[in-house]
Order: sequence, then C-alpha cells, then structure tokens
Amino acid sequence: MKIDRRSFLSFVIGGAAGTALTPLPWKLTDDLSIWSQNWPWTPVPPKGETSYVTSTCTLCPGGCGISVRKVDERVVKIEGLKGHPVNDGGVCILGASGTQMLYGHTRVQAPLKKVDGAWRTITWDQAISEIASTLKELRGKGRPQSVAWVSDTDRGTTAELCRRFLTVYGSPNFIRTPSMQDAYEMALYLTQGNRAMAGFDVGQATYVLSFGSGLVEGWGSPPYMFRAKGAMQAKGGRLSQVDARLSKTAAKADQWLPVKPGTDGVLALGLIHVILKEGLYRKDFVADKAGGLDSLRNLAGDAYAPEAVSKATGLEAKTIVDLAKAFAGAKKPLAICGRGAGRVPGNVQEYLAVHFLNALVGSINTPGGVIAVPEPDYIRWPEPEMDAVASKGMQQPRVDGAGTKSFPVTRYLLNRLPETLAAGSTAPVQVLFVSSANPAYSLVDTQSVVKAFEKIPLIVSFSSYMDETAAMAHYVLPSPIYLERFEDVPVALGFPRPIIGLTKPVVKPLFNTQPTGDVVIRLAKAVGGTVAGAFKWESYEACLKQTLGNTWEPLKKNGYQVDAKFAPGPFETQSKKFEFTNADIAQLPAYAARKAPGDETSYPLTLVPYDSMRLTAGAIGSPPFLVKSLEATVLSKNDVRVEVNPATAKEIGLADGADAVLSTPKGNAKVKVYLFDGIMPGLVGMVRGLGHTAYDRFLAGKGVNTNDLMGSVEDPGTGLEAVWGIRAKLAKA
Amino acid sequence: MEEPKANLTSPGSEHGEKEDGAGGPIILFFILGLIGSLLVGWVAFPALLYSQKKQPIDFDHALHNGLVDNGCESCHFFREDGTYSGVPQLAQCVQCHEEANSENPEEIKFVENYVKKEREVPWLVYSRQPDCVFFSHAAHVKAGKMECITCHGPVGESESLKPYQQNRITGYSRDIWGTNMLGLKRNSWDRMKMDDCAECHEKAHMAAGSVQTQKDGCFVCHK
Repeated sequence: MKIDRRSFLSFVIGGAAGTALTPLPWKLTDDLSIWSQNWPWTPVPPKGETSYVTSTCTLCPGGCGISVRKVDERVVKIEGLKGHPVNDGGVCILGASGTQMLYGHTRVQAPLKKVDGAWRTITWDQAISEIASTLKELRGKGRPQSVAWVSDTDRGTTAELCRRFLTVYGSPNFIRTPSMQDAYEMALYLTQGNRAMAGFDVGQATYVLSFGSGLVEGWGSPPYMFRAKGAMQAKGGRLSQVDARLSKTAAKADQWLPVKPGTDGVLALGLIHVILKEGLYRKDFVADKAGGLDSLRNLAGDAYAPEAVSKATGLEAKTIVDLAKAFAGAKKPLAICGRGAGRVPGNVQEYLAVHFLNALVGSINTPGGVIAVPEPDYIRWPEPEMDAVASKGMQQPRVDGAGTKSFPVTRYLLNRLPETLAAGSTAPVQVLFVSSANPAYSLVDTQSVVKAFEKIPLIVSFSSYMDETAAMAHYVLPSPIYLERFEDVPVALGFPRPIIGLTKPVVKPLFNTQPTGDVVIRLAKAVGGTVAGAFKWESYEACLKQTLGNTWEPLKKNGYQVDAKFAPGPFETQSKKFEFTNADIAQLPAYAARKAPGDETSYPLTLVPYDSMRLTAGAIGSPPFLVKSLEATVLSKNDVRVEVNPATAKEIGLADGADAVLSTPKGNAKVKVYLFDGIMPGLVGMVRGLGHTAYDRFLAGKGVNTNDLMGSVEDPGTGLEAVWGIRAKLAKA
Repeated sequence: MEEPKANLTSPGSEHGEKEDGAGGPIILFFILGLIGSLLVGWVAFPALLYSQKKQPIDFDHALHNGLVDNGCESCHFFREDGTYSGVPQLAQCVQCHEEANSENPEEIKFVENYVKKEREVPWLVYSRQPDCVFFSHAAHVKAGKMECITCHGPVGESESLKPYQQNRITGYSRDIWGTNMLGLKRNSWDRMKMDDCAECHEKAHMAAGSVQTQKDGCFVCHK
C-alpha cells in the first residue's frame, strides 16, 4: 500500500469530517473565548466581604465626604458620601483616584536620610534625635527664628501643632502656601474686619459673574461648585464668565466675556462706575450697612467710564453697561474672582473691586452671596509657657516679610521666601520643615525657588511621596496618607458654612510612617524644656480626641459636623459697617492692572497658564488615572500642547501639532502646538500640573511645569503673588 | 510471460493509471482519519482538557447538614448588607472546630493544617464563574425564592467531595460546561453556562420586562 498525496488528503478530510462530529471544535471555541476574556494575568481583586468606611478627602482643600469601599482589608473604590453637605455623593477625578495614591509605588515607605546624595533608611528614633539636636544647637545660639515651617494649611490640629511648636521654640515663621485664600481673606479682613474664610453661596444665587474663576475647573471645593453651579443654572440662574480663553467654565456659562488677560480688575471697576453712576446699587445695604461710598466713587471715577474700560479690556462699551445692569438688576447677584482653580493669589485690589461689587448689590452675608465663614475655634489649648529664647525669637520679623511694615495686613508670603534666602550670604532659614506642600514644584519661578532652598542647611519633608521638595530634602519623615490616619479637616474651600470633617484610618498604615502631629510631639519632647512642656499629649490621636472633646464621637460616626444654625457674624470694622475705605485700604498703592513681565519686542506673545480638573498642581502629584484621562489636545505622548489661536500660529508659520519652542524670560521649553479658536490671538495657553521631575514614569517627564517658565510678580502693598502670565515667544522647533 | 498490467485491461488506461489500486486505500484513509478524529474528539480531548484535582479536605456535606438548624444558609449565608458570603471562611469553621470533634482523619487534617496554622482552606469552587460574570445570590434566593439545589444540585446530600476537574484552558471547573461534552443536561444543575441562565429566565417568563432584556441589559450580568 502506497501512501501518496491522495491518501493523505483523504485522511485529512476524514479527520476533518470526524472532528466536526465531536465536541472538540465547539468546546475549544468556547473555552478559548472564556480564556481570552479573562486573561489569567489580568489582576483581579480577590473576592471578600465588602464594607464601607465614611471619611473625608484631603487631596485638595475641598473638604468632601467620601465613602470608601473595601473588599476585606483592601480599598477598591472611593465614592462621594451621599448626604454630605459639601459634595452630596459627588466625587472629582482626583478624589476617585485615592486608591492609586494609597497603593501607588511613589510612597515613601520609611524615614529616610540623605547621605552623600543617596537615600538611606533610618529609624524614627534616629531621625528625631538627629533633627532635635540641630534644633537644640540653633536655640543655643539664640537663633530660633531661623526655623521655618511650610504647610498647605494653617487650620486643624496638625497645622496648629506645627505652629505651636514653632512658637514655643521661638520662631514666627509658620508659612502657608499661597492661593486665592490669601487674597480673599485679606479682602474680607480689609472691608469687614472679619478674620474669616470666604464662602460662596453659588447654589442660591440667581446671577453669577465670574472673573475667570473656574467653577468647573477646581475653584473652591470642586464637587460643591459643580453642584452649586448646576443647581443655580437649573433654576434659571445665569453665569457670565469673564475669561481670556474659552475655559471649560466659559463653555458652560450663559455668557462668555473674553477680556484681555489681566484686566479683570479694570472691568470690575468699570462695572462699579456704571452701577454708581446710574444709581443701580441697593440703597438699603449701602446706606445702612456700609460706609465710604464717596471713596469708591473716586476709585471708580471717570478713568473707569465704559469707553475707557472698553479700550483696556477689549469689550464693547455697551456690553459693559449691559453687564452692569444685568448684575445689579438680578435678584441675587454674586461676583467671584480668583483665576482658574485659584492657585495664585493675585492682585488684592482686584479682589477688593469684585468684593465691592457684591457690597453694592447687598450680596454680603446673605443667601446667594459671599459669606464670611469664621475660622474654626475648637482648638483651645492652654497658652504655652515661653522661655526667654522663645519670646525673643517670636519678636523677630517674619522671614517672608508678612506682617512687617511693608506688608502690614498680610499673614503669609511664601512667594517672597526665595528672594530673601537668595539675598543674604548666610541663609536666614537654617531649618525648613515642609508638611503636605511641594513648594519646589508649585511656587512660581521654580528655578529660583530650588536655588534658594539649596542654601538651607537642613530641610525636613513630611511628604508621603517622593515629590520635588522631598527629593531635595535632607530627611523625609513620611506621614501616613489620609486613608491611613485620623485628622480633623476644618475647611471646605468656598463652602458657605463652617464644617469639620474627619479622616479615618480606612486601612492600617501600609508602611513605616508616622502622622506629622506625632512627629511634632516627639520632636518637642526631644528638644526638651518649655518646648516639651507645651506638648503634654501622649500622641497625636490623644491630642485630637482631647481637642475635639464631645465632637469626637459624632465626628467619628458621621465623618463630618456642620453648623446647621450658622448665621454670619457682624462686621468687625471700627465703624461696625462694611467699609469701602479705611486706613488699611487707603494705604494700598493706587490700583493698576499688572502687566505680564517681560519685554514685548523680544517676546511678542503672552503665556497664560490654565487649570484643568484632570490635573492637580499643588502638594499632590497627579496619579496615573488623571494623566491617562488627559485629552490629546493637552498632552501628546510626553509633549504638552499649547493653545494658540490659528491667526497667531499662521503669523509664526506653525501648523496644528507642530513642534515648537516656547521661550519666556525665565526659560525655554519644547512644546507642541494646538490650534484653538477659543484663545485670544497673541496668547499661549498652557495647562498647569505637568512637567514633574519627581514621582514615577506615569507623571515625571511629561510636559512642562508652567512655574518653570513664569516669573514672580509681587502685588505692591500686600506682597502676594500676582502673576497671571508672562511674555513669551513661540518658534518652530 | 509478462503479467499483463492491470491498467491495460481497463479502458481509458491513461487516466486509470493513477487511480488504480488507490480506490480502496483512499476510503481506508478516510475512515482512518474519521475514526482517529472521533477518538481524539470524544476520548482524548476530554481526558486532556481537564486535570483532576483533589479538594484539600474531603468535606462531608450530609453530615454537617444534619447538625445545623438552618440548612445551607447556616454556613453559606447572606451578610447583613445582602451580599453573599459564598464558601465559608476559616473563622466560621473555627466556631465549632477549634479542636477536632472526632477521630475522623479529614477533620484532624483540617484542624492540624488549617485551624492551628490559621490558614484559609484553598477550597476549589465547582461553581466559580469567570470574573466577567456578575451574579447576585440575593436577587435569586431572596427575591426570586429559588432553591439552592436548582443550580447547585443536591450538594447538601453528598458525603464526600468529588474530584475537581479543572479546564486547562480556562481554569474553571468542568461543572460550568457540564460533564456531558455535548453540553446536554438532564437536571437543571448539570450546567451553569449563560444559556442555562437564559433558559430559566425564559421559562419563568422573565424575558419581557426583566432588567436583562432592557437597553444595556448585557451589563446587568457582564460588568
């Protein structure tokens, strides 16, 4: 028998026919499809018992309540807490990414010390005794004021412990990182005499006039503002957005008013001019509860007549008059400011002008208006005993100049620190503590900041992540993150009522970390003397429980406590009225719109940074969820795309997607062009929050940090950071 | 004398040359292929597709069922929030088995290897569905008043655990497709594929108006 081609084919055909009569092909197809839908190497969280823990998010100062879903002991999802007064079930993309903040691989896992440029893991005892010995030495030399502390908040027990530590140690240099809070607090203080936080009852307003505030781009407490803006518009309310570019908020507004950047204050004064001239203001409030209207008439005089304002802002004179009428004529008008997410404080006089607008229409401490939310008062620790060194140290001027003769009403001026540090031959700051802040990334003009910080002999970071500031520190004493610790959160930025939230340990700390509050207490005990005497608590948790007293149990149960019966307090100015002017206001230099720094001939364009909900640019680096969600028009592979008006791009000869070099007086950066009709000709828009050098491959090396290209602009009279843009040049790469 | 070549006798010899002597073998090869593939498909494939695994402990459901008050739900219970606990965790077993209660070698093995070492028993779950399948016990047992036996069979009456036949490709138990390679079944619990879900839903006249048939109905079970 010969096996030839035919017999082979016959065999194969027989085999195929037979196979079709077996379950093999059908079963195999089914199995392969199941296999391919459930790749065995795809990580799947193990099954287990589901539970929820109620807590508070601290990834931004929004103060949202969260409900953390766990399967056994693993966090699998973070949702907004239903019924929470701030976010009522809403959660932003960053809040939802908290799981990545917890389990991500950029966590600092144990106390670290930099030895010959490399990190070495040390024990907590060693870290505390070494830092305490430097502190004791400085005190011995009578220079306690050369210790400074940078924190992103000055509220709550942790911040107060840090401040108390500095006080009994002898340093007035507790510094909060800059944000629009500085300017708003100052506006409230100057006009109303209240040391208070500004709350905005956007939800109950009927007309919101926003001077560049990104209501859906991270301004205030993001989920609160999303809800409030939506509720306001759903009830027939209107939103007018003043913005140099078509921001997301402008796109969602009922009216978009593109003004030349930096002229928001001019527009506000122009509106005041029209309202005063046409007598559109609410006489009841202005006559009974306010004083100094004549001075306002002077301030918003003929220089701010519609034609002049039209010339400065680019809006038509009629638009300005109509806007003033619409605002003053609304039932519950509200004017807000603070550009984008409010990450840069800005020019205080602009805030004052916007606040005056609210006063003219009586929207101060009323439903739908601006509410002065008193600072939390539950922290009532006994006055610490001060020794001679501490008393003398506390009398020294602050290293950042806040509260000094030049800036009498300003409380914190971190933006001035780099310049002060650079000036002297020996650094006025010998020890810098940094807790939940990343100034080496988030301050304007990062190069100068880094250069100045390099002069500080000892930097101690309390960061849970190896961020830019931690990377240049000498010690990193990692704190457990908000999902691993107890902490009071007495702030929800922009929320119109006082509220205290509580973070809870949702899971046991994953690493060898210690809450900053505990480290402060241990440091104080190690320094000894009156410093130790001011810290009688055994641990941070004990301190927190004792401080909260009767509030502790309900807080632990509900996750938050809000004052339902809250009514704003009276004005605390000398006249007990809202003051359009007084000695402090009069002392401020005359208002002038600030120009973007730089030479206009060499730099024909202006770079304006903008904020996105999909990136964070403060103390926290964006987790991968956020970076992955960025549109291709914002980040293209590792290159940031800058918004350029097609007309401007045509002049330079740049096409959409073209590689380009963006130069400012502060530096150059490689970018890609995105042609965007929504940005004014002559501007270059760049997103904040990229260009990290620290963190991991999901964040580092992607795009450009806008702060690298920006130069600092000091607001005269207050010293606050007032930069909104910088002159720039765009050229083909 | 030369033997005449066979092909010379037949007409059309030029073509027949190639065919001659191959007609039989061609059919033979066809049959060989057929039988071979039938053997492969029916005997070798099922034998190769599944690996046999022994459960870590040979659990006696019948015995336990006789000792508890609340039937299956005594150990396979619903949690307070309505989620289903599934296979008991060690903590539950320990409530009775902190020490061995008998001389049964399986129980002694369980206490020695798992209870004392505080290790969870790596039970092999016959009814484990792929991760892309979402199934709510509460909806079926609590709301639909279904019996456990309808899907799981008379497990409660078994005195020992049958070997776990694991599909080498998918990693799931043979009980999902069913023992019958053709997927035929005699009892409602013989198979646990999507068609079996659909069959029951259809029979119960659930097709119209049930969440599975609405827009996005796929995502009710496939999340």
